[in-house]
Amino acid sequence: MKYLYYPGCSLEGSAREYDLSTRAFLTAIGAELVEIEDWTCCGASAAEAVSQNLALALPARNLALAEKMGGSNEILVPCSACYLNLKAVEEKVKHDVDLLDRINSILAVEGLHLAGRVRVRHLLEVIVRDIGPDLIAKKTVQPLEGLSIAPYYGCQCLRPYSVFDDPEAPQSMTPILEAAGAAVHHWDMGGKCCGASHMNTKMAVGMELVRSILSRARGADAVVTVCPMCQMNLEAYQGKISKLDGKNLAVTVLYLPQLLGLALGLSEQEVRLDLNLAVTAGFQQKLRHSEPVPA
Amino acid sequence: MTTKVKGEIDFSDGAGSDDLAPVRKMVQACIQCGTCTGSCPNEFAMDATPRRLWRLVLSGQKEEIFQSKTFSLCSACYYCTLRCPRGLPLTEAMGALKQIAAREGLSQYRQSSLFYKSFLESVRRHGRLREMEFMTLYFNAMKNPLLPLRFAALGMKLMLKGKVALQIPSKGNGALAALFRKAAELEEAP
Repeated sequence: MKYLYYPGCSLEGSAREYDLSTRAFLTAIGAELVEIEDWTCCGASAAEAVSQNLALALPARNLALAEKMGGSNEILVPCSACYLNLKAVEEKVKHDVDLLDRINSILAVEGLHLAGRVRVRHLLEVIVRDIGPDLIAKKTVQPLEGLSIAPYYGCQCLRPYSVFDDPEAPQSMTPILEAAGAAVHHWDMGGKCCGASHMNTKMAVGMELVRSILSRARGADAVVTVCPMCQMNLEAYQGKISKLDGKNLAVTVLYLPQLLGLALGLSEQEVRLDLNLAVTAGFQQKLRHSEPVPA
Repeated sequence: MTTKVKGEIDFSDGAGSDDLAPVRKMVQACIQCGTCTGSCPNEFAMDATPRRLWRLVLSGQKEEIFQSKTFSLCSACYYCTLRCPRGLPLTEAMGALKQIAAREGLSQYRQSSLFYKSFLESVRRHGRLREMEFMTLYFNAMKNPLLPLRFAALGMKLMLKGKVALQIPSKGNGALAALFRKAAELEEAP
């Protein structure tokens, strides 16, 4: 398993633990990542709100760089917003030659050219499809027994392109979490929206969306995410939302590769639990009490 | 009711370029079934429902469209796009309306538009987003001294964890300046 790696901007800053745990987890699995040289921002949700050409050219630039590198024609992307931006260009240029020409006339200013040969894949898709529950079970040395985990998928790895899961009722994480020894918290909020950047510009609306997700997570020991924006929205405002709601909605929120890394025997330090904003004492206690599998 | 800002759109009549035309094309086949409204997680906060917004687009009611907050409340969850029985690219149509509002500097959409523009400015300068520079540019553009306070606690938490550092906006090396210029050039003369 060899992939070209596009971390994206958040993973160099506020979501560093997502980058570090993704690398650590994939190394433990035996997969190889080669970071795309000189990658730049995918445009996030900003480009689409300002300029159609930028919304195409920013992701396309990274696809063109990946094509130039070679070695693999699969790009692995952990951030769902980056994933969708890159994926949308991959999909659109397949059936629209004029669009590809427009993109290439912009990329030409950097001496780059997009042929449309690379395939964009979300980290979750790689975990579900390429790695799969059998390998996870085989590599698990610290089963997550006694932990109930709420799988949170968010939106943009599921929709609009339905690549590896049911976009209405996602369940691809279930067998993976079970293979790692965890129990799955059953809820219907896995594919619901966290409000994305509303938390910055329309806080009241964002808080309401997050409140409804956190309320349904009650009873779970942790929520796992596969997107830095979902992660930040779910972990950073728990105090404020609990106060507004009059209920304690505090819950541990982790990135999926952090949790799977722990099952594979990586330490809390290796998956950088210290960088998360919401890890409860109760969760850590349960985690430390799970017994390693005898060799 | 609304404050005039520089570059505000002229709502007086249908004269001039028809910038709604591409959006109209996207929703042309809308049958007004309301599946989009029923699927939208932000509908509770909207003044006009998404279904009504498409009707306004089809009937060219520019003033009502841009006085409503509906399109700016789209968080791009893609439920409507997934479920639309006519297969219309509704999330993209919301994006197209955001682009018009950003281009014309509409006052109702000022906050979101400055947020996104600050983001892109940091990317234009450095290639990759510098999160703290972006937020500083945004606060400066908003000219609201109370706004940073809302984010101060979170900012401190992230700094203490060493996830972000104070970044005074800098010109950078204009990493993506040529690409941004070319994209804008082609937008003006498609």
